[in-house]
Amino acid sequence: MPLYLTDEQAMLRDTAKDFVAEHAPVSHMRSLRDANDATGFSRDLWKQFAELGLTGILVPESDNGLGLGHVEAGVVLEEIGRNLSPSPFLATAVAAVEALKGTPHAARWFPGILAGETVAALAIDERAKHDGRIEMKAERSGNGFRLTGAKQFVAHGHVADLLLVAAATDHGTTLFAVPTDATGLTADPQRLADASLAARLRFDGVEVDADAVVGEVDQAPLARLLAAGRTGASAELLGVGGGAMDMTVSYLKERKQFGQLIGSFQALQHRAAHLYSEMEVARAAVLKAQQLLDANDEGAADAVSVAKAMTSLASTLSVQEGIQMHGGIGMTDEYDIGFYMKRARVLTELFGDANFHADALARAAGY
Amino acid sequence: MTEDLETFRAETRAWLEANCPDTMRTPMRGEKDATWGGRNPVFAHPDQKLWMDRMGERGWTVPDWPAAYGGGGLSPAETKILREEMARLKCRNPLNSFGISMLGPALLKYGTEEQKLEHLPKIARGEIRWCQGYSEPNAGSDLAGLATSADDAGDHYIVNGQKVWTSYADQADWIFCLVRTDKTSKQGGISFVLFDMASEGVSTKPILLISGYSPFCETFFDNVKVPKANRVHDENKGWDVAKYLLGHEREMISGMGLGGPAGDPMVDAARNGVDPILRAQIALFQVRSQAFKAMSERFIDELKAGRAHPAQPSMMKYYGTELNKARHELTMAAGGSDSLEWESEASNHGAAPRAWLRTKANSIEGGTSEIQLNIIAKRILDLPS
Repeated sequence: MPLYLTDEQAMLRDTAKDFVAEHAPVSHMRSLRDANDATGFSRDLWKQFAELGLTGILVPESDNGLGLGHVEAGVVLEEIGRNLSPSPFLATAVAAVEALKGTPHAARWFPGILAGETVAALAIDERAKHDGRIEMKAERSGNGFRLTGAKQFVAHGHVADLLLVAAATDHGTTLFAVPTDATGLTADPQRLADASLAARLRFDGVEVDADAVVGEVDQAPLARLLAAGRTGASAELLGVGGGAMDMTVSYLKERKQFGQLIGSFQALQHRAAHLYSEMEVARAAVLKAQQLLDANDEGAADAVSVAKAMTSLASTLSVQEGIQMHGGIGMTDEYDIGFYMKRARVLTELFGDANFHADALARAAGY
Repeated sequence: MTEDLETFRAETRAWLEANCPDTMRTPMRGEKDATWGGRNPVFAHPDQKLWMDRMGERGWTVPDWPAAYGGGGLSPAETKILREEMARLKCRNPLNSFGISMLGPALLKYGTEEQKLEHLPKIARGEIRWCQGYSEPNAGSDLAGLATSADDAGDHYIVNGQKVWTSYADQADWIFCLVRTDKTSKQGGISFVLFDMASEGVSTKPILLISGYSPFCETFFDNVKVPKANRVHDENKGWDVAKYLLGHEREMISGMGLGGPAGDPMVDAARNGVDPILRAQIALFQVRSQAFKAMSERFIDELKAGRAHPAQPSMMKYYGTELNKARHELTMAAGGSDSLEWESEASNHGAAPRAWLRTKANSIEGGTSEIQLNIIAKRILDLPS
């Protein structure tokens, strides 16, 4: 399969581009922040995503979804990234759908996701760095399990309808689908640097039925969930980095100093050209990961790590160069470029940063 | 369509398995193992000739060229499959050639039918080895400032001047050369000509490099007669050909960023244990290296589909060569004092340090990294002058 978008995928990208730019541009995110919005996203917008069919991209056709793949989910996420649109799309329509697909949970949760009424959150991380260690306990109790422990960095965790919770069982890790009204569960939403909300969750002996298990006991489909989440986060980072780069290159063409456009200075041209190169390479890495994931290729795990690490590196460069090349105005809250820097930092940390994934690649290569 | 391709893949695999000698499926140990062909070919192993001839007969040294010109006549999808299958079997490149990577594409675009029929099949079969007469002592990054003159003498030109950094000029049979046919216009006074290095008045002098090798020469022209029929494209339109060819040269050089098909010595060293900081540097390098591998695949796919930005080869050249330099720095660090040995048998005559030093030219030859960044800034990002 050639490493570029098919005509159908390009059409979807154009639709998503127009839709997100019109309904959820950066000013939308800014107004939510200024209003100190307590939800973290617009429920109306989530419904509009659903009306366009976008929330069902990864939902199989047999479950009334579009039955498309990670390339298609990625083109939507890139536009979400470019516009810094607060959205449950990544956690709900990508990671959660991927984890629940083909399980009995699909019938319960997919209709709400397709309707834009249900939001899912991922309760995976327990420490400040995403490191794969799961210490939260799920002990057998009656017909089901009792969950005890704490999670953090759970986007939408305070408003979600469904939590996907990874917990340690006797012989491995198990994934649970937990309704958020469960007794013993408390959510403490925290505003992050990018104005998004992520919850710290406490589970004080939360009782769930055996049928809350997603997949098999001790065999959480975490790899699938995380591969989808990481690939999606990479696509969103591509949008954030690309959006910041576009703003910066435009600024170089309008700002004058010493009587000339600053974009005519070779020192800045070379930095911009280097940034372009890093972003292009990152784009290729993302598409490669998406295609391999869609093909169930055995090389997908490495490719996903490459994509997440490369987009983290390239987008971090993009936002740093963005502020530097904007100069003083780049430091002002009034100007949007700073939002890009904050969002890139959050997405870089999500599901493992560049160092985490470089380490994963090294381990996979046997060193 | 997909079924046809799968059939093609199976047939290709079977043919390669039957025809690629085992010796040609082992990693090359150095530059000496590379096959260049030419009138006076040098083979470190006789199987190199066998492998080159078998692939050349099939047109698979240039799989996507038309069969009429000695190519394989394969579609982009088939060419990609052939490359994948060769990589899978670890087949060596049957023929290294500036004729294939640089002149061929330019002739296919700008050459006359006579020129194509005369030169392309010989390139495909490795019968004629080409060199590139571009840079001059006073025309490096500012290539269009070249001064080698071609004076009109009726049905031929008289060429005088000097070229430098002419790769393997002392071993090449023919040269494709930029000459000045009009002194009143810079870019608009250049013509692109082909001539035999055995012509009277041509002489070469190897340049000893920091690697201890002499892959480049100074090349001198003293009243060399070049028939006008050997001019590619119109008189004074040579710059168009030159730029087009440079795009292909940059593609070729960018491929260095991919590293060899064999095991990566830096990764081998890391498996044997290196300090954690070097391990981290190697791991982060692998991120970029593997991402660039995807970029190369994307670039070729876009190129074949006519979707690539015309200046994208500059990005590929810039990124690939900087990556290759980084790779060799890390390889040297991972090799420690073993990789300092310059002459020993154990070090294969200093293959690692010589290769490391050789890579320093990657970001200079074919247009420096800084020139590539200029091109990206102006032609892709559309930044003002």
